[in-house]
Amino acid sequence: MARRSEAIAVLGRAVRTPRGATGLVIAGLVVLVAVIGPAVAPYSTTQFVTSPFARASSVAWLGGDVLGRDVLSRTLDGGWELLAMAAVATALGVAVGAALGVMAAYYGGLWDSVIMRAVDVILAFPQLVFALLLVSILGPKIWLIVLAVAISHAPQVARVTRAAALDITERDFVKAMQILGIPGRRIIRKDVLPNLTSVLMVEIGLRLTYSMLVIAGLSFLGFGLQPPAASWGLMINENRVGLIAQPWGVLMPAILIALFTIGVNTFTDSVARASLGVGGRATEPDAELALVAREVS
Amino acid sequence: MTAPSEDIPVTEVSADPGTPRLAVENLRIVMAPRRGRPETDVVDQVSFTVQPGHVLGLVGESGSGKTTVALALLGLVKRGLAIGGGKVLIDGQDILALSEHELQKLRGKTVAYVPQDPGSALNPVLKVGTQLHEVFAIHGGDAERLTQVMAEAGLEDPGPILASYPHQLSGGQQQRVALAMAFACRPRLIVLDEPTTGLDVTTQRRVLDTVRGLCRTYQVAAVYISHDLAVVAEIADHVAVMYSGRLIEIGAAGELFGSPAHPYTRGLMRAIPSLELSHQLLGMAGSPPRPGNRPAGCSFRPRCEFAIAECELREPEAVVVSDTGHAARCVRATEVAALSGTALLARERTVPPAQEPVLTISDVSVSYTTKRVLRDISLDVGARKAVAIVGTSGSGKTTLARCVVGLHQDWTGTITFGGKELLPGVRGRTRDQLRKIQFVAQNPYGSLNPRQTVGQIIGQPLAHFTKLPGKEHDRRVADALISVALRESFASRYPDELSGGERQRVALARALVVDPELLVCDEITSALDVSVQAAIVELLLRLQAERGLALLFITHNLPLVRSIADDVTVISAGEICERGPVAQVLTAPSHSYTRQLLADVPSIGPE
Amino acid sequence: MAIVTTTATPETARELTPRKPHPMRDMLIKRGLIGILTLVLVSILVFAATQTLPGNAASAVLLNTATPQRLHALEQQLGLNRPAVEQYWTWLTGVLHGNFGKSLANGQPVSTLVGGRILNSLVLVVLAGVIGTLIGVGLGVLAAARRDSVFDHVLSVVSLAVTALPEFVVAVVLVIFFAAVVVHWFPAVSVFVPGTAPWSNPRELVLPVATLVIVIVPYVFRMMRASMVDALESDYVQMARLKGVPRWRILLVHALPNAIAPTIQVIGLSFLYLAGGVVVVEYMFNYPGLGQALVSAVSDRDIPQIQAIVLVLAAFYIAVNILTDVISLAVSPRRRLPRS
Repeated sequence: MARRSEAIAVLGRAVRTPRGATGLVIAGLVVLVAVIGPAVAPYSTTQFVTSPFARASSVAWLGGDVLGRDVLSRTLDGGWELLAMAAVATALGVAVGAALGVMAAYYGGLWDSVIMRAVDVILAFPQLVFALLLVSILGPKIWLIVLAVAISHAPQVARVTRAAALDITERDFVKAMQILGIPGRRIIRKDVLPNLTSVLMVEIGLRLTYSMLVIAGLSFLGFGLQPPAASWGLMINENRVGLIAQPWGVLMPAILIALFTIGVNTFTDSVARASLGVGGRATEPDAELALVAREVS
Repeated sequence: MTAPSEDIPVTEVSADPGTPRLAVENLRIVMAPRRGRPETDVVDQVSFTVQPGHVLGLVGESGSGKTTVALALLGLVKRGLAIGGGKVLIDGQDILALSEHELQKLRGKTVAYVPQDPGSALNPVLKVGTQLHEVFAIHGGDAERLTQVMAEAGLEDPGPILASYPHQLSGGQQQRVALAMAFACRPRLIVLDEPTTGLDVTTQRRVLDTVRGLCRTYQVAAVYISHDLAVVAEIADHVAVMYSGRLIEIGAAGELFGSPAHPYTRGLMRAIPSLELSHQLLGMAGSPPRPGNRPAGCSFRPRCEFAIAECELREPEAVVVSDTGHAARCVRATEVAALSGTALLARERTVPPAQEPVLTISDVSVSYTTKRVLRDISLDVGARKAVAIVGTSGSGKTTLARCVVGLHQDWTGTITFGGKELLPGVRGRTRDQLRKIQFVAQNPYGSLNPRQTVGQIIGQPLAHFTKLPGKEHDRRVADALISVALRESFASRYPDELSGGERQRVALARALVVDPELLVCDEITSALDVSVQAAIVELLLRLQAERGLALLFITHNLPLVRSIADDVTVISAGEICERGPVAQVLTAPSHSYTRQLLADVPSIGPE
Repeated sequence: MAIVTTTATPETARELTPRKPHPMRDMLIKRGLIGILTLVLVSILVFAATQTLPGNAASAVLLNTATPQRLHALEQQLGLNRPAVEQYWTWLTGVLHGNFGKSLANGQPVSTLVGGRILNSLVLVVLAGVIGTLIGVGLGVLAAARRDSVFDHVLSVVSLAVTALPEFVVAVVLVIFFAAVVVHWFPAVSVFVPGTAPWSNPRELVLPVATLVIVIVPYVFRMMRASMVDALESDYVQMARLKGVPRWRILLVHALPNAIAPTIQVIGLSFLYLAGGVVVVEYMFNYPGLGQALVSAVSDRDIPQIQAIVLVLAAFYIAVNILTDVISLAVSPRRRLPRS
């Protein structure tokens, strides 16, 4: 009588759809480039190999950047920190947010009000601005950026899990357990949480995209890794000036960021659709509605 | 004689012959064709006729295809389905051959539809007046008639209603608006899709009277879809029974109910509880086949007690059993029809000896901030007795059940169980008390955790109250499954693999595995088909007798009370109207509300 | 004859509250109060973050030029040696009078610096919001009406992809196509001076607004399509079909008013999203708005300016939230008029 793992079942189903497979492959490719990149880069990221904004040549396959460094090498090297930061920020934000959301839903009352008020406050301004605020005092430190992004995710996740958990706690089978006198904590762990799996999976996907966007955005504005580090967002900003002469310094990192976020988003979309029939929403329009509503928030 | 190409003969009912108002010929509806998949039919070989001013009742349980047929009468098929053949002739014109544009002109004017759930069938953002005027705007006719039409439908003061939004009206008013919309343009055919489901018995009675009156007055032909045979018996002149997408019996109402010619119809009749007599309710083993999964030969064969070898060879043709056109698709139809009555077995109710009541409710009252939900409710449940609580929705009966069980905590008064007082809410109660009172809810689709297997679901309360070693725990779970007539192998299945009836059995098993003394059942069969309901009720009664359980059974279904309960309490608007033994209350009621309820209950009864 | 519910007995009717509820008014008051409370909490958060965190503001400003004397002098100037609550109170009263202090970067009053830019950013946000909403709603209705057609599928796939793009990537692509590499129709950078009306040179607005429009259209489109499809599958639309209502009327009169309600939420969220998106876009195009000012202020550690801009943004957020809720209520008769 093994408990079937819903997560695996849904993921498996998602991967078999054209959208899911495409998304996974695209995102996977980018991750591959970012992880293996530093090992295969022809030059180091600080080496001057050609003149600034030089066109693509046999020496530098994608040409030179603003200081004459190799665009290809810097691109290969400039991804893994971004991805790592995004991943950690997402994991942290989702964990904290989900815990808060479930508690608010199950215990209700004062807990609920306090948590939701705190959520409102943090949601009172854009994620990017929140991160900027913290960065302005303490400087563009990596741990700070990760923390700031995680904190800005938590409220959204809390809201979504709270709504989903509320929906579940209203259902009869939870009441059936309450009647027996089973303590709340046990009910949450055994009955409520397992039903939240698909909701959480979709949230992780959405938040990962957002983390990437915010962190890359910060990097673009100059508040991520500082020069002379190679980071995709920073590269886009640095090489903007020479866009007319040499677009690759801007295009390459931009394409990679875009491919990652598109891939993750597409895969998340397929996961959401795959979790349709599993004890959740019955109709496709319902599910689509719910998904889009969460994507925007 | 029937022409070879027709399956069921055209039924001549009225004295004057002529083209029937509605004639359906060999209607076939299939699932939309896709590559690689053979054509699967959802409905096939359906033929019947209806004369002006007459009502045909189309009955069937869920999945029989009756709603699909109903929509096809207006030329509509749901997404994923397509018309596979046949004709729908209204005054001789085949509407299935019309273009979408022509159909649109027809709908609402020549053929009208009355929906099942008027609450969701009326647009929530448009005023009622707008939606009614729309019919005239599209099909012509003057708005002056609107007031008249509304009065005919039983809406006396149209002004405030026209200015309201649908959610501001009651269920009964909404349905009358739907009726007004349907009759507004004096259609020639009207299709009613279970229009009284969800309405209380009194409102239902009034709506049925209105429909019958309007049909007679304007000589409208009507097709009335329902799963409730009693309601159909009240309103229909002729009845057609559907099973698994086929029309398996058709005939005049009195004749069909009096001597059914198809084993399925016969089975249905024996499953319906009667208000006058407490009889054994007989369900039918198994369930209807899904489209694409039909067995060879007759679809009903696997469940049929009359089945013979011939039944497996081919789908049976219609056999006419009387000269009024009563016919059934069964090779043994004539034999079945000749069986006298439906052989109901009266139930032997042994009245248990009077003992200390297991549960005593004294002066319990519940109120929310502005409303009194329950007031001074007092009743007892004796040991081994079945007590029914009857009321319409909103009467407070569910709240009472929740108070007893501990789900609702804000009540005043006293509840004693086994001599000791029960505290409100689950927190204050002892483990013993929690174990001995068990609860089964109405909705079979919400009461089981979709993430757990049946074995885990049943095992959860067992593990909570007892600390049994693994083997013994599993044994108890298996025993619980067997006691509710499910195979032991069900333990490894998940709820979404089970039917509604099977889920309720699991819910029962979960409640009974810990050996309770009192079982509280809140409308546990209201969401189930009548034959499934019969099986569950009989199971419940058997278990009650075997284990000496006390039963508190909440329902709105009066005939069911006759079959299941020893005592009954009638509740209206939070107060007790009447209380006493079932035989007494249902035969000689003393309260006017009870009398009204009994008069309004539809029954099949002898014609 | 009054509308009477079937279960009401005279007794119960008497016990009901006699007052007629005003959901709209109640909600405005409630949301307004919560909004003010939130704003106050935000101000505390902003203040705490900027002036009382470790490594205090003064040393952050002075960085490595901090000598003990200069530190002390700056602390005096900023009032950092007074208790936190007192500092907050001084600051708050100042803010309520429109005085946000002086910029640490160039010494000018923050209120004039920031005030001039509010309009510029607002123009961007409003233009992009309105245009984006109209396009998104229109496309959503069309796609739902032609569900599962090629048009629908293409739009869905494209919008899924575009949603995922960061604003600066979109901006970069637009610049490459329309300003720098392919054609040179629009300027890649704005040159107008803060203080002049933004509409005096429309060509400079095109690319920034276009970027923002592209960023929000997919959201509005997907929500509109989804809720239209939901409405078109509903019982009341089926009933309308069965009444013989013509197709265009079903779409526009029956389905659309129902579908718009959830979309209002998304439209509101899009405006909020724009408030953040504006930061990157203004920076990219050197557009003199609040976003650009914020970025420079953060680089310069210009605390007063940061405080002011964040507060303005928060107030904008809260106002949009309230507006969204109000409009949402206005289009839902079910919530606006409870059962009598």
